[in-house]
Amino acid sequence: MKARIIVTLKTGVLDPQGKAIEAALKSFGIDSVEGVRQGKVFDLDVNASDRASAEATLKAACEKLLANTVVENYAIEIA
Amino acid sequence: MRAAIVVFPGSNRDADVARALRLAGAEVVSVWHADSELPAGTDLAVLPGGFSYGDYLRCGAIAGRAPAMDAVRAHAARGGLVLGICNGFQILCESGLLPGVLMRNVNRRFICHRQTLRVERNDTRFTSAYARGQVIDVCVAHGEGNYFADPETLARIEGEGRVAFRYCDPTGALTIDANRNGSINAIAGIYSETRNVLGLMPHPENFVEGLVGGMDGRGLFESLAA
Repeated sequence: MKARIIVTLKTGVLDPQGKAIEAALKSFGIDSVEGVRQGKVFDLDVNASDRASAEATLKAACEKLLANTVVENYAIEIA
Repeated sequence: MRAAIVVFPGSNRDADVARALRLAGAEVVSVWHADSELPAGTDLAVLPGGFSYGDYLRCGAIAGRAPAMDAVRAHAARGGLVLGICNGFQILCESGLLPGVLMRNVNRRFICHRQTLRVERNDTRFTSAYARGQVIDVCVAHGEGNYFADPETLARIEGEGRVAFRYCDPTGALTIDANRNGSINAIAGIYSETRNVLGLMPHPENFVEGLVGGMDGRGLFESLAA
């Protein structure tokens, strides 16, 4: 089963990299962009018999390693 | 004092912290990250600076879940001492032994310079050789040292007197310029609830011999070995 996990910074957490990217976009003349937040995408292959067990595995992966839930949110998409 | 230094792939300050501990009179052994036990009789577990696992995923994230960290967690739960410096502090936060997280420096740059710190309390196993409020001159070298905790956690840390060191100017004042990585409340290091675990971003082990230009880091290792 193919899955995608998207990890993003929580609202209100400062993202210096996002700010730098936003400034760079503006310097290229792409100045209608009003805010950039950088995140991470993980594409995973999961050996699971059904969606529910895949989802449980992926949730454990996020909670244990892929996201730091102090400052990050995660979203799980199963293809 | 028997110290065990946990070495991860990418640790690079383990020899320096070993030297600082030996100068203070401690006995030092190294432990590999894949080991699931600390040597019998370990008083202090040390997580040295460096770039464990190349800082992949997040600084300290993979090391924080290494087998040796289960042993460090058990050691801390028994009341054993744990010291994490720089990447070691990041590992302690990622492993859940200390609250909060270390984010990218606010100026987005790797900072590497001498840094004055204010010693917030001297009634702990890590700081008894210093005076309360003493300003010490050490070094920082990191890209992700911007300490962050949610308001509730921060209030708990402050309320319980768990801030070990704050970034300050040479007079001890907490100025914006002195807090170059942007840490919340100028926090440079914190203790666990029972004050047997300390994590800090600066490198006291850099300044333990006059030859290299400073001695102010020595107090931390002397406190531990006392």
